[in-house]
Amino acid sequence: MSTGSNVPGTTPLLQARGLNKRYGRVTALDHADFDLYPGEILAVIGDNGAGKSSLIRALSGALVPDSGEIKLAGKTVAFRSPLDAQAAGIETVYQTLALSPSLSIADNMFLGRELRRAGPLGTICRMLDRKAMQRVAREKLTELGLMTVQSINQRVETLSGGQRQGVAVARAAAFGSRVVIMDEPTAALGVKESRRVLELILDVRRRGVSVVLISHNMPHVFEIADRIHIHRLGRRLTVIDPKAYTMSDAVAFMTGAKAPIEVAA
Amino acid sequence: MTDIGSSRPVAQAFELVLDKGESRVAEFEVRARSPLQKLQHFLHANPTAVPAIVLLLSVAAFGFTVGSRFLSMFNLSLIIQQVTIIGVIGAAQTLIVITAGIDLSVGAIMVLCSVIMGKLAVTMGLPAPIALVVGVAAGAGCGVINGTLVTRLKLPPFIVTLGTWSIFFALNLWYSASETIRSQEVAKIAPLLQALGTPVNILGARFTYGSFFMLGLVALIWFVLNRTAFGRHLYAVGDDPDAARLSGIRTDRILFSVYVIAGVICALGAWALIGRIGSISPQAGQTANLDSITAVVVGGASLFGGRGSIIGTLIGALIVGVFRNGLALSDVDVLWQEFAVGWLIIIAVALDQWIRKVSA
Repeated sequence: MSTGSNVPGTTPLLQARGLNKRYGRVTALDHADFDLYPGEILAVIGDNGAGKSSLIRALSGALVPDSGEIKLAGKTVAFRSPLDAQAAGIETVYQTLALSPSLSIADNMFLGRELRRAGPLGTICRMLDRKAMQRVAREKLTELGLMTVQSINQRVETLSGGQRQGVAVARAAAFGSRVVIMDEPTAALGVKESRRVLELILDVRRRGVSVVLISHNMPHVFEIADRIHIHRLGRRLTVIDPKAYTMSDAVAFMTGAKAPIEVAA
Repeated sequence: MTDIGSSRPVAQAFELVLDKGESRVAEFEVRARSPLQKLQHFLHANPTAVPAIVLLLSVAAFGFTVGSRFLSMFNLSLIIQQVTIIGVIGAAQTLIVITAGIDLSVGAIMVLCSVIMGKLAVTMGLPAPIALVVGVAAGAGCGVINGTLVTRLKLPPFIVTLGTWSIFFALNLWYSASETIRSQEVAKIAPLLQALGTPVNILGARFTYGSFFMLGLVALIWFVLNRTAFGRHLYAVGDDPDAARLSGIRTDRILFSVYVIAGVICALGAWALIGRIGSISPQAGQTANLDSITAVVVGGASLFGGRGSIIGTLIGALIVGVFRNGLALSDVDVLWQEFAVGWLIIIAVALDQWIRKVSA
């Protein structure tokens, strides 16, 4: 592997052991394990209904598992809400993007963690520091090369699909100090916009932030992932090195057409 | 396959042709728009423009047909007095509608609170300030009931408040024993309850403290909605509750507090109501429920949530006030006033639907 950090022996940045989640008679997570090492891009692939989304929601605090353990940098954590995970430096770009269309770009980037004015205006009147939020939002979008929008105060509903995706990724990249999780970030995008998002993912990693990429797009996964976590029937089947296997192998593992011989990485 | 350590991914083979294509990513297309589309975009970006234009047009129309009787300072200020109650209750309704809810019990909360204030101060002889505080607390209590049912039992706001409307109204009839407290008695024993009815004459215009109270409340709510995180969160919750939750907003807490705040505003509306009519009647304010929704809708808010403004509601209330007043001065039968207001609502919602279809 070219990233030397994830050799056995390094502490995983984000780790899960034996996660379980049942909805009535449906088992979404069945003793699922997960390991993410510092500074890597880990792709998570799996067939529909394999439990990828449940796994990701557990790691991002949107779902509380029935049992199992999640560790962040070696310490056990218990996320009760997305707020807890965000406070720990884990940001998620959901497939639905989780943006509020009628609010502005700046409002969306700071949704749930708004900046308040200094002094009594902020503490007593709870007044927002809109200038600072607009400035930071503009900086973050520019950093990611996304400032093609006309105004930072534009409503998100006036943006194209690619621009919305950009806002969601910029929000995650701006606040995700340790881990950025992306659920199908290119599924709704055109060829060009997808390329842009892949570059953004590499940008995020370059800053030392680990990325979890959930995707159905095999060429994308094989192109940028350092390791590939294959999820099947609610649990981790195996982790493979994209350079040692072909896309057909991965699809065969994922669908159960072929069993992995060794548990790699 | 590309080297993982390299800074930029080498494009997939099928993407290589991209360089020859357009290099712009997600830019705005500058398309020639028809005047109608331009109007649609303008209205979409400025949601209070429609009610503002309608208000100006209706004032101009009645000014033209009715003349100086309508346009006199006295009459125009009278309209503001007439819409005080709808303005205050509409403010409460606006907050709820922004969260994609609706509160059918606002009128009943108001009447119940006014009866509580009157009973305590006039009948039982408690000091008026205490009666006011208890009345406001009762309004908050009603809001707590609505908020709990909506957030804990996850019942639709329409059903919850349809139920509590009847419940609060029944409590109001029971507590008041269906008796009206006469204006003279209130004035003699607890004049504070009528304080918001105190008239102020400015240049031939006649306002009341209640009018200023309503304008102050609107200004305060404007600040909360536009300049605080709580206000932004109201829009986010109404827009897409799942997105709001995933962004880390405690949606249930926001929803609960908005019903409590609405209850408090309704109780303050009760104080303004006593000032407006002088007496305290369990039958007063019957139309406040639907009038408040009318003001909110005519003011450009969307019943689907996430869209609406307090200024819009104020203008919406004024439009309804202008229609009622202007038609009354034209000696038009009351039933035609209702007829006109009905059309106003339908046209407002139809316009909202059209504006929402704006192509992004």
